[in-house]
Amino acid sequence: MSVSVQITQRLGDFALDASFESEGGVTALFGPSGCGKTSVINAIAGLSRPDAGHIRLGDQVLFDGETGVFVPPHKRRIGYVFQEPRLFPHMSVGQNIGYGRPNQLYSTRGDGGLAVLGIEHLMERYPRDLSGGEAQRVAIARALTSQPKVLLMDEPLAALDDARKTDFLPYLQALVAKTSIPVFYVSHAMSEVAQLADHLVVMRDGRVVRSGALAQLLSDPAAISDIGVREAGAILNVTVAQADASDGLSVLATSAGRLFLPKVQAEDGTAMRVRIRASDVILSKDKPDGLSALNILPCTVTQIHEGQGPGVAVALRSGEDALMARITRRSARTMGLTAGLRCYAVIKSVSVAPTDMGGRGTG
Amino acid sequence: MLGLGPEEWGAVALSLRVSIVATLAILPLAIWVAHLLARREFVGKGVLNALVLLPLVLPPVVTGYLLLLTFGTQGAVGGFLSNLGIVFAFRWTGAALAAAIMAFPLMVRAIRLGFEASDPKLEQAATTLGASPWRVFRTITLPAALPSVIAGAVLGFAKAMGEFGATITFVAAIPGQTQTIPSAIYAFLQVPGGESQAGKLVLVSLVIALGAVAVSEWVARKVAGRRA
Repeated sequence: MSVSVQITQRLGDFALDASFESEGGVTALFGPSGCGKTSVINAIAGLSRPDAGHIRLGDQVLFDGETGVFVPPHKRRIGYVFQEPRLFPHMSVGQNIGYGRPNQLYSTRGDGGLAVLGIEHLMERYPRDLSGGEAQRVAIARALTSQPKVLLMDEPLAALDDARKTDFLPYLQALVAKTSIPVFYVSHAMSEVAQLADHLVVMRDGRVVRSGALAQLLSDPAAISDIGVREAGAILNVTVAQADASDGLSVLATSAGRLFLPKVQAEDGTAMRVRIRASDVILSKDKPDGLSALNILPCTVTQIHEGQGPGVAVALRSGEDALMARITRRSARTMGLTAGLRCYAVIKSVSVAPTDMGGRGTG
Repeated sequence: MLGLGPEEWGAVALSLRVSIVATLAILPLAIWVAHLLARREFVGKGVLNALVLLPLVLPPVVTGYLLLLTFGTQGAVGGFLSNLGIVFAFRWTGAALAAAIMAFPLMVRAIRLGFEASDPKLEQAATTLGASPWRVFRTITLPAALPSVIAGAVLGFAKAMGEFGATITFVAAIPGQTQTIPSAIYAFLQVPGGESQAGKLVLVSLVIALGAVAVSEWVARKVAGRRA
């Protein structure tokens, strides 16, 4: 389902002027705090009314400033997972989940993949008796049980500590993989976005600065300043060749060669994404020998992007995948890097965090 | 029991009837106005707020006199209503009307605090789950404000039980018809030797007041017990 958003809205001193299109799937809204991500999905939800513009989901017009169409939020069939669980304190977990479907029995099995949330045993409890992670899982189940046509998630992991986040991401991945409805996922954490999203919308100061397919945008050296030099990095599609190698590493197969990375929790043969930060990639013209780094992938320079600072972003092709390296301008000149040059990308195994591995392939 | 005569029992029964009817009849309006004042922005909000508070700041006798002017059989509203067979002046219904109007500002103030303290984020969540504004109010907003609604109702009931000035001005104090506990106590104190009868009614008032507080505490604890 295609999605088209083009809205302007004044919110006190803040001016929102956002427009983007997406082909459905998971659209991530990424940017620093206060850049207007939540305002955009509140407008999609109908919790706020833009001053002008339009919001279309497929052939359904949710808002149109010119014709005055504004579908009230309770008629939009949306599922909204907020930053905090927002469970109804006077209702049991079961009643909370059933709230969106008052006249029907709900099922936690088979129904939109709710079983993966693992909350069957919590049904009789009240929200005050739940842990943060449990409450957020219940909130997700509640949003999905109302059988929404679109799912909105506003930093659903924000209320969890780091350890819980790592535990929780697989739930989200499994869930997102099972739903066929468009999902809007708001986050300021690129590791989450890289694992979940198909489409990436980068926002800053109330405006959309980049919008495009996730894999393309993350390997576009020109986008590096919008995404952030620390966060930028391409996604490799890998298959788990040997999840549990004897030395605590996993062996992952890429289209260009094998990678040795910290152990992943997955079966052999699973396809997943690995985000390689541009700042973690070292380039070498000759095949390095006697290096402590385990991962050396042959690649071709496709593009070099010079920014304002001392660094340059180098886009690389490695087999069928894209990689990106951020090196100093001086190194690029000394090495004589130009588009078409063959070289080797060196990736240090331990620099890839567990949170950067997971998710489906980007297709 | 307590050595109360039929006249005193009549006053007790009438007071209870007047106060319960007044409280229950005015409660939905108090909830609605409290919600309006707590959650909505509209032109004339200040005027509405002042109007609601008026019975609290006016001398009760003035309120009673205004009621007589408006709802008396010669009054604008009263004349119209008496054609429909609804009479307030010098009836127990008039006492209930006076009690309701005097109790209204206290109830609105207490309930409004509850709505102001309840979390609009939960209402948003309910809305996104497809609940209409009315369903959101019934299932989320009202339950969240329930302790305040109970407190407001008890406060209103207590005010209604004690109402004297507006009631006696509007409907006088006809034994068995409009003579509530306060006006009976006042009447007993006007005749020599009436102190013991007045004292008994004072005791009854005390029991009713304490009973109301105990019941409201019990209900509030039952409601709060299910929450975090």
